[in-house]
Amino acid sequence: MEPSLSPPTYHLSLLTFSPLTAHYYLAVVIRFSHVYKSYPNGMLALKDVSFRVGKGEFVFLTGHSGAGKSTIMKLLFAEQRPTGGEVRVSGYNVSTLRPDEVPKLRRRLGIVFQDFRLLEDRNAAENIAFALEVTGARTDTIAARVMRVLTQVGLTAKSRAYPKELSGGEQQRVAIARALVNDPAILVADEPTGNLDERATRGVFQLLRDINAGGTVVVMATHDLDLVRQTSYRTIELREGSVVFDSAVDETEDALETP
Amino acid sequence: MRLLTREALLSFRRAPLLSALSITTIAFSLFTLGLFGLVAINLRQALRGLEERVEIVAFVLRGTPAETITLATQDIAAFPEVQDVGFVSEERALARARSELVEFRDAYRDLQVNPLPASIEVRLKEGYRDAATVERVADRLRGFGFVDDVRFGKDWVRKLDHLRNITGLVGLVIGLAFAAIAVVIIGVTIRLTLLQRAREIAIMRLVGATNWFIRGPFLLEGALKGALGGVLSLGLCFAGYLLFRDSSGGTFAGLIFFRPEHMLLILIFGVLLGLAGSLVSVGRHLRHV
Repeated sequence: MEPSLSPPTYHLSLLTFSPLTAHYYLAVVIRFSHVYKSYPNGMLALKDVSFRVGKGEFVFLTGHSGAGKSTIMKLLFAEQRPTGGEVRVSGYNVSTLRPDEVPKLRRRLGIVFQDFRLLEDRNAAENIAFALEVTGARTDTIAARVMRVLTQVGLTAKSRAYPKELSGGEQQRVAIARALVNDPAILVADEPTGNLDERATRGVFQLLRDINAGGTVVVMATHDLDLVRQTSYRTIELREGSVVFDSAVDETEDALETP
Repeated sequence: MRLLTREALLSFRRAPLLSALSITTIAFSLFTLGLFGLVAINLRQALRGLEERVEIVAFVLRGTPAETITLATQDIAAFPEVQDVGFVSEERALARARSELVEFRDAYRDLQVNPLPASIEVRLKEGYRDAATVERVADRLRGFGFVDDVRFGKDWVRKLDHLRNITGLVGLVIGLAFAAIAVVIIGVTIRLTLLQRAREIAIMRLVGATNWFIRGPFLLEGALKGALGGVLSLGLCFAGYLLFRDSSGGTFAGLIFFRPEHMLLILIFGVLLGLAGSLVSVGRHLRHV
């Protein structure tokens, strides 16, 4: 399948979601154009990857381990730079981003990982407040903002609990709350349910859906296909560094071919 | 700002032993520097007394008219190196010899003719009392037609010069060596704090903290340790100074301690050492996070 999108096709594909197609073009928040990424050891992690994500979308990135999901994630928050092609995220060109612009890009993103990455010596509220403190938020606004996101993830009762006193699902909720507290335009979640049991997975996934319903773009890498099949969200499948399936393109093309 | 100081102070609580180690290292290196500085300023103080006596004497030919000498002394007084010029007439030279050289008083009293020549005595300004300048001025004095001979303590001036150069050089070498050691040790202790907090730093970067924000607490920590080390070293220096002065039984009663600006300089130097150490290790570490 052709991984690069030709604009007219894409244009049509979006007709199914929204009549405001012209507006959609202005509201692309992530754009990968013919992106290549190779590592110093010679491994080619991404080969000619192209896709766009529009405002309000929920996108699954699927594929086996090593297919390139994590590389795409790292390019999104400028932990890595592409070796070829162009990556644009929320108005920033990751390919040419200056080091001092990296923090600016990251403040528009919320980033969530499989291993939560919480600080063990701080309780839930402090872990969330940390993200505000280190980005220079006004001290008198911090408590209220922390409380707001704790409410959003349903953990107000455990705000003073330390990570080791929380279950995996609860720790991931704290991590998500921390990602949300700076009001990101895009939530980037790399295997957020990878360490969770089924019940916690359902809860965290529902939380991500709610966040998306509030208007935040969610890009979620996962290899949990059950989760993907439960919903009709857009799915981009990677294999050996290439996009082999993109439901936003392929399903529309199928529909056009079978009148 | 509050967060910055809190984070910087936190490392003292988290690694008290390590912090104490780095502060004592800075204190010790500054203490050594400080002791040397004390020796240097006391030596300079002593030398200044000696230097006061550095003078050039130009003997005047017999029969030189008084006006010529007056004009010449005015000329000499205008040399940029010269502090003051004095004319010693033949009579005054004899009178001085009589009063100063008591052993020869009788010999001088019975003289029919005054054997002593008149002279011009030149004292140089502070900072011009080195061998090269003394010789240059002496040469210029020889240029006057009425000057018979010029004398100055050539070797003595040269030795003084040498001594001063050696003290300066030794001070510089020891100082630099200790400063380098202090920077390395602070660098190592800051690196250990960095490694301890690698997770925290990684999260700070992910949520969009700027590099300077991340560096801030570490730089402040280094500067603080440097300042504390500086204060400690001044205390040690003062204790050493008192001990030495009071146990010498009055021989070194005239010893002087640092002036406030010297102490400030030591403190600033400590802060700079601390900053340099933390900058080196923070810069190197943050590239890898």
